[in-house]
Amino acid sequence: MSSNILSPVSPVSSVPPVPSDNGVARSKVQRKSDTAIEVSNIAKCYTILHEERQTSFTQAALSKARNPFQRPEKEVFWALNGVSFEVNRGEVVGIIGRNGAGKSTLLKVLSRITEPTRGTAKLHGRVGSLLEVGTGFHPELTGRENVFLNGAVLGMNRQEIERQFDAIVDFSGTEKFLDTPVKRYSSGMYVRLAFAVAAHLNPEILIVDEVLAVGDGDFQRKCLGKMKDVASQGRTILFVSHAMASIQQLCSRCVYLEKGKVRADGPTAYVIEEYISSGAEGVAEAAWDDLQTAPGNEVVRLIGTRVVDCKGKVSAEHKLSDPITLEMEFVVTRPGILFSPVFHIYNSYHVCVFHTTNWTDPVWGEREYEPGTYRAQVTVPGEWLNEGGYSATPIITRDTNNVLIKLDECLSFNVNDDGAGRGSFAGPIIGVLRPALPWTVTPVRE
Amino acid sequence: MSLVTETTAVADAPSPPLPSRSAGSGAAAPEDRVTVIGPKSPWAIFDLREVWQYRDLLLALAERDTKLRYRQTALGPIWVLLQPLIASGVFAVVFGKIAKLSSGSIPYFLFAYVGALGWNAFQVTLNRSSGSLVSNAHLVAKVYFPRLILPLSTLLTALIDLGVSLGLLAILLLVNHIPFGTGLLLIPVWLLLFMTLGLGVGLITGSLMVTYRDIGQIQGVLIQFGQYATPVGFSVAQILERTSQKFAILFTINPLTYLIEGLRWSVFGNLSGGAPSPAGVAYAAAMSVLILFFGMALFGREERRFADVI
Repeated sequence: MSSNILSPVSPVSSVPPVPSDNGVARSKVQRKSDTAIEVSNIAKCYTILHEERQTSFTQAALSKARNPFQRPEKEVFWALNGVSFEVNRGEVVGIIGRNGAGKSTLLKVLSRITEPTRGTAKLHGRVGSLLEVGTGFHPELTGRENVFLNGAVLGMNRQEIERQFDAIVDFSGTEKFLDTPVKRYSSGMYVRLAFAVAAHLNPEILIVDEVLAVGDGDFQRKCLGKMKDVASQGRTILFVSHAMASIQQLCSRCVYLEKGKVRADGPTAYVIEEYISSGAEGVAEAAWDDLQTAPGNEVVRLIGTRVVDCKGKVSAEHKLSDPITLEMEFVVTRPGILFSPVFHIYNSYHVCVFHTTNWTDPVWGEREYEPGTYRAQVTVPGEWLNEGGYSATPIITRDTNNVLIKLDECLSFNVNDDGAGRGSFAGPIIGVLRPALPWTVTPVRE
Repeated sequence: MSLVTETTAVADAPSPPLPSRSAGSGAAAPEDRVTVIGPKSPWAIFDLREVWQYRDLLLALAERDTKLRYRQTALGPIWVLLQPLIASGVFAVVFGKIAKLSSGSIPYFLFAYVGALGWNAFQVTLNRSSGSLVSNAHLVAKVYFPRLILPLSTLLTALIDLGVSLGLLAILLLVNHIPFGTGLLLIPVWLLLFMTLGLGVGLITGSLMVTYRDIGQIQGVLIQFGQYATPVGFSVAQILERTSQKFAILFTINPLTYLIEGLRWSVFGNLSGGAPSPAGVAYAAAMSVLILFFGMALFGREERRFADVI
């Protein structure tokens, strides 16, 4: 496997190889076939009904009775469309792709939660899949009871859980609260205990969705560390994430999905490069003409959102030294409700660069709106973002805390270096931001 | 050889070897466990080996439901008894005292209690098994396990309730000086049939409920109705004497009629009503098995969509 040569430098790579017992481990891992996962031509089709989805039996019967001959307009959506790849035993493979590329569907198919429409996959070895942390946890049950329940949900049998119980409790650091219902846990404790169970699952193939997105920074590092441990024991890991930083740390190889197909597959560094550069097109505007189907609900709907340059033109390409304006237009249909427009900006490594809203605006911040159409704008100053690709998530919240509308990364744009602020330096300038900050140099006379 | 494996083996040299799940049977190598994913046959549901593999989950879910049912309740398990007791009390007053129906030489309350016991075996199984998918929607959407585990785990919780009710029955028989006959040995058979029927119907409505939640409402109404189209609070003979042929057919086609009569006969012998017709019992048993079979087939067909629509 040539790809592994390019694997990220792990902290132990400088240690000289120790023969004896890892030889054993290796031979164990390599018995017979070397393939752990074979995915061949997997496709998954969802049918979207273009009428209000009828979850009520009478409704369905009524509409059938009214228009007996009219078939509901169906749209077929291929979330996965012929995905094939193989993963060798012991490989740690990252699955990346933009929202809607089919990553989650692929994980669901490989975890057997949903069935593929076509194609097959073979998994050699015991599979553990973590699509979220703490599936099956019940708030009324105690920590101890939840460990057993969650363990069973993840596919461990009782003896296994009993054998691992102390290790799980130890890892979570919640021994004092074992007999307290988890509803009284802090969210940090809850997540730690939940992850601890999952971490002791000991499968031969581990399928992980972005579980690392939970918990504080410290805990995330612990999780990542645990995943590295697991990987180092020769287990096979399939890891889906938006966070390129974690992918780079963990995975030697990446599969890049786009529109339900494999767009690139190879060494991580190479695939991430491809991923980032392919984001180049940019989506500068999204608009909804029909108020009924626009995102939102009966009190507010988003009818448009766009990225505008300093000349007022909708554009996905911006110069580093020019200000960039993000805007959203929304229609309020019920009076007296407090709304806030919010934008989240992500860079191409899926690091959230900032969150911004108008809470401190003396006129429109945290106030109630009358029915009507509004345009909210925020301007990111020039010489502030570094060059690269960005995406923006428009959000409208109600009463400050409730997210009513959230369109994940529905806008994307590029910031292009125009030489601003770099003086005569020609190399790449690192940093998430590249702000023009006031510097002073004062000669100090001794 | 992959660099990753090499470096890691070094890093974790002291860590224990992979704890293999098959520790007991040592020889089972990881290669032996191959999971093949692909479009599945709806008939695969009749292969219960996988359900057996997941028996620990089945037990854990039943344990959870039982614990949750009584946690933070002041009376706890007494609720299990209260419900049939109240129902039997109401039947005794309405049918025994007001309508003056006969219950043979058995106190009406006790007569009705046995009816309610059988009815509950059916009704509790039906309600819990059909609701189990929707109430565990989160699990269905996030983890794999044979979906049949969910309705099956509710059988265990229903069995616990039944056990408590049977204990009370024994006390009631003693208090009323009713001899314990050998017929009592047949009680498990009747209860098994009640639960078979309940599970069969529950699998049907439960599968449909995933898409159409109002099946649950319809089921609730039908259960209300069914309690009176089944001789729960009265004997069939008494009703047939007093009603028209048209109404009687309701009792004749209802398999539960024969099961209730059978259960009463097992408990009371010939003190009340007497033995049900063998043909009727055969019909009820056949219907129960048939409906269970149909329920499983429907469940097997629908379960592939559960995670997508739930």
